[in-house]
Amino acid sequence: MNRENSGYTIIYAAVMVIIVALGLAFTHQALNDRQTANVNIDKMQQILRSLNIDASAAEAQQKYDELVQNAYLITPDGLKVEGSEGTTPDDPAFSTELDDEDAAGLPVFEALVDGSQKYIIPMQGAGLWGPIWGYLAVEADGSTIYGSEFGHQGETPGLGAEIVTPSFREQFTGKELIKERQFRSVAVVKPGQTAAGRDYVDGISGGTITSKGVDAMLLNSVGQYSNFLMNLNAAQ
Amino acid sequence: MALSNKTKAALLGPLNKNNPVIVQVLGICSALAVTSKLEPSLVMAVAVTLVLAAANVIISLLRKTIPNRIRIIVQLVVVAALVTIVSEVLKAFAYDVNKQLSVFVGLIVTNCILMGRLEAFALGNGPWPSFLDGIGNGLGYGWILVAVGFFRELLGSGELLGYKVIPQFMYDAGYENNGLMMLAPMALILVAVIIWVHRARNKDLQEETN
Repeated sequence: MNRENSGYTIIYAAVMVIIVALGLAFTHQALNDRQTANVNIDKMQQILRSLNIDASAAEAQQKYDELVQNAYLITPDGLKVEGSEGTTPDDPAFSTELDDEDAAGLPVFEALVDGSQKYIIPMQGAGLWGPIWGYLAVEADGSTIYGSEFGHQGETPGLGAEIVTPSFREQFTGKELIKERQFRSVAVVKPGQTAAGRDYVDGISGGTITSKGVDAMLLNSVGQYSNFLMNLNAAQ
Repeated sequence: MALSNKTKAALLGPLNKNNPVIVQVLGICSALAVTSKLEPSLVMAVAVTLVLAAANVIISLLRKTIPNRIRIIVQLVVVAALVTIVSEVLKAFAYDVNKQLSVFVGLIVTNCILMGRLEAFALGNGPWPSFLDGIGNGLGYGWILVAVGFFRELLGSGELLGYKVIPQFMYDAGYENNGLMMLAPMALILVAVIIWVHRARNKDLQEETN
């Protein structure tokens, strides 16, 4: 057969594309359930890490069920959205992302750790190369940070990617989001510098843009919850 | 299994005198991007070796049917499909590894070693030599990556695979991690040093100077 014939070339390309498309579609379908389960487990692990608990993938589900008592959506005014309660992956709090334009509200998770109530709020922002995200666990006073968790898609290993390390995350513990009845967030500054009027942590040396991204993420994502947090703070 | 001289050359040549990175100077981009730590270097080396071997075999099997005019497209589709499948399988069965590799899995498609081997070897050879050629070139690429990753993580972070190896008393005595090691230029310099040592030991690879 003449391999240089145009008809042959077109048919060859078409058949190849169809076979590859079928193969990829089949692979995706066959693995989809496992992938979704992994993504959910991963999210639970992240939520647990914000509570300073490093759970393996195998025990994440059980730990999550044990600690996370409630989850729901809130309005920008800080009020609970009716009927949005539930902690399972199918419930709105778990499946809603912060950047969801038509979401019914902002997700909040409530956890009970050693008898004390923590509120966990998700964060989303931008690093140097791609998205960064995280979870912040706040004490019942709506201000003191109990723990934090950060993730990133492709920050530079050894530099920006260091935001996921415990040594960076642990700096947030005990810092206060609310100062003198105002939501101030927590600043991420260059090591050695300070931030006036607000609590601050050291950024990553050499990872300046990622550190600034974390700073902006705290201000913007957590800022959306400022009314909710202020309400908690006022109730104290 | 006894290997003929030709297949042996296909497997072992790329490790030394025909190395894709330090002799042919291919795949430099990913050698810079993923080598600031040892672990991604290792995983990248394994992933490229597997994809390259599989792509080589597939193209070699198809080589008598591929229309010449669209052979590059066929090669790209095969490589892209393989990389997507690897990524999907990792997401389902090794989610943590997939998270660590993040964008680098996708970057395998753009590695010029792949296209280079498909074009230069698999199109003209049978599946078995092509398989060995893929493994050989993958490993030849991989050992450079691992060597560069080893020095960058050791000197840049004082760690290997995330474990501290430079003892604390060294830091107390004034030792500092070399931040420059974490940046891409140092990877280029390290690759250049490897090329220098390699050329010095293999005089036949040195270019004639006037």
